[in-house]
Amino acid sequence: MTDIKAEIDVLPGLDPHAPLLEVNNLHVEFRTQYGVARAVNGANFRLAPGETLAILGESGCGKSVTAQAIMGILDSPPGFVTQGEVKYRGTDLLKLPENQRRKMRANHIAMIFQDALSALNPVFTVGYQLGELFRKHRGMSRADAKKRSIELLDQVKIPAAKARIGDYPHQFSGGMRQRVMIAMALALDPEVLIADEPTTALDVTVQAQIMGLLAELQQQRNMGLILITHDMGVVADVADRISVMYAGKVVEEAGVYDIYSRPAHPYAKALLESIPRLDMKGQQLNVIRGLPPALTAIPQGCAFNPRCAYAQDVCRQDPPPPPYAVAPGRTARCHFWRDVIGE
Amino acid sequence: MFRYIVRRLLQMVLTFFGATFIVYALMFANQDDPLQALAGERPLTQNVRQALTERYHLNDPFLVQYWYYMKGLLTGDFGTSLTGRRIGDMMTQAWPVTIRLALIAIVIAATVAVVAGVISGIRRGSLFDNVTLVITLIILSLPIIVLAPLCQLIFGIKLGWFPPTAGAHPSFWALVLPALVLGSLVIATELRVTRASVAENLRSDYVRTARAKGLSRNRVIGVHVLRNSLIPVVTLIGVDIGGLMSGAIVTEGVFNIPGVGFNLFRGIRTEDGPLVVGFVSILVIVFLVVNLLVDLLYAALDPRIRYE
Repeated sequence: MTDIKAEIDVLPGLDPHAPLLEVNNLHVEFRTQYGVARAVNGANFRLAPGETLAILGESGCGKSVTAQAIMGILDSPPGFVTQGEVKYRGTDLLKLPENQRRKMRANHIAMIFQDALSALNPVFTVGYQLGELFRKHRGMSRADAKKRSIELLDQVKIPAAKARIGDYPHQFSGGMRQRVMIAMALALDPEVLIADEPTTALDVTVQAQIMGLLAELQQQRNMGLILITHDMGVVADVADRISVMYAGKVVEEAGVYDIYSRPAHPYAKALLESIPRLDMKGQQLNVIRGLPPALTAIPQGCAFNPRCAYAQDVCRQDPPPPPYAVAPGRTARCHFWRDVIGE
Repeated sequence: MFRYIVRRLLQMVLTFFGATFIVYALMFANQDDPLQALAGERPLTQNVRQALTERYHLNDPFLVQYWYYMKGLLTGDFGTSLTGRRIGDMMTQAWPVTIRLALIAIVIAATVAVVAGVISGIRRGSLFDNVTLVITLIILSLPIIVLAPLCQLIFGIKLGWFPPTAGAHPSFWALVLPALVLGSLVIATELRVTRASVAENLRSDYVRTARAKGLSRNRVIGVHVLRNSLIPVVTLIGVDIGGLMSGAIVTEGVFNIPGVGFNLFRGIRTEDGPLVVGFVSILVIVFLVVNLLVDLLYAALDPRIRYE
C-alpha cells in the first residue's frame, strides 16, 4: 500500500478525458424518528479543472449535505443517498466499494470544513494529523512525513512552520488553523477541493487572506474548487460559476456575471436584492419573506412558491419546474424565468 | 507545571495533618481505658499502670498526645497495636496484599469496561448495547455485602472454580474471585462513561475530518476516537484505584484476605485506636498521591489542559 494514487489511477472506467466532476440528479434523505427529511432533491452540477463553482444558499438548503454525499462521508444512518450519480472522471463514486471509495478521498477529492477548531483532532499535534496522510496513503516514514508536512505548512504560509509542526490545534489562531486545514486537504494533491464555508468562522480581514490563499493554490494546481457558502460577497470575488440551491435543488446555475447582472430565478434575484448596498443607504432593505420549508414537508410544485412574487397556480402543482435552459451552460428551474430575467 | 506540583504537595501536607487530626481526635474521644484493653483480662498493678501511663503519655492533654503520635508517625514509627504487635510490621504484611488485590481488580474491571464500553458506544441501541446495560444495572444494584458471599458460595464452594477464601499468603488465583467482586464496584460506571464518551466523540467534527482524509474505519475509531474518548475513562480508573484500596473492607472480610481493609475492620471493631489511625493515615496519603497523579495524567492526555 505504498502509492495509492497510482493504484487508483488504473481503476477501471477512470477516463482522463471525462469531466472532472459531475453530479447528476443527486438525492439524499435523512431517515429520522420524526420522518424522512429530503435534504437534497436532485442536485446537478459539473466542475472543470481550474474552475470555481460556488454553491450558494440559505442554511439548511442542502449545501453541506451535497458536499458530504460527494465525499462519501454522510453519517449513515440516518443519511442515505437514494438516487443519482457522482461521477469523477467518468466513474460513479456511489457505485465504488467502500475501500476504493475511501482512497478517492484526500487523494482525488478533498474537503475543508467550516470550523477548523472542532474539525481538527484536539489531542494530536498538527504535524501528526498532517503526517498521517503521508504515512497512511503514501507509506512514508515518520521522518519523511514530517518533512513533507513542514513543506506544506510553508506553502499555506504559516510562519515558522518548522517550529509549529509540534503544536496542537488550540495553540493556533483561527486563521492559522484554517490554513492547517487547507494544508491537510491539499496534502495529497487532489484534483477537486470542496470548501464548506471555509471562512464563516473567521473575521473579515482573515477571510480575505484565506480566500486569496485558496485562489492562489487553486491556480498553481489547476484544481476544481467547489465553494459552499452563503456569503454573496465571497462568491462575487472568486467564483466562475454559481449554483443556487433551495430546498435541496439547484434552482439556478449560471456564470457569475450573468447571475449578478440578470438573475433568472426569483430566489436568486431575491438573494441578490437582500445584500445591503451603500448606494441604497437609508432605504428599507429587501428581505425574503418567510422561512425555507421544513425538509420533511417540502411544498408541492416549486419549493419556493410560498415565498415567491411570481408564483402562479402552475407553480403550486407537481411536477416541479424542470431546469429550463436559459442560455448555453445556464439553467433555471422557474416557469417564468423570462419574466424574471426580463425586468 | 512545577509550581503546580509544589502547590499541590503543600496542599497535601495540610490535608494530611487535617485528616489524621480528625481521625486521632475521634479515636481519643472513643477511648475508655486503653491500658486495661492492652492488658486484657489480667489485673494491672498501680505501679505498672503508672509506668505505662507515663510511657504512652496518657496523662498529657490531647494536643500533646497528638504531637507525640505525629512525631512517631513522621519518623516512621507507627507505634504498637493494642494486640501488642508493631503496627509497622502489620502494614508491611497488609499493604502488598491489598495493592495486589486492587490492581488485579482494576485491571479486570477496566479491561472489560473499556472493551464493552467502546463496542456499546459504536453500536448504540444494538443487542450487545442493551444486554450490557441490563447486566451493569444488575451489578450496580447488588450491594457488595450480598455479591461477595454469593460469589463465594457459587464459584468458590458449589462450582469450586476458585478457592473460597484466600488466607495469609494468597496466590494470584486465590485473589481473582475477590478481585472480580471488588471490581464490580467500579465496572458499571467505567463502562457507562466509556460508552457515553465514545458515542459523543463519534459525533464530533474531527471524526468527519478524519473520514474525509480517507483513513480506514479502524484508524478513525482506533486512533482518533479512542484517544479522545479515553481521557475521562483513564482519570476515572485512576481515582478508582485509590477507592478500591480502601473499599476492600467487606471483600477482604468475606474472603479472609489479611489486607488493609481486613485490619481496619478488626481495628474498628476492637476499638484499636493506634491501628486505625495508622492505617487511615497511610490511606489518606495513598488517596492524595493517587489524586495528584490522576490530575497530572489528565494534563498529559489532554494537551488543552495545562497547569501553572
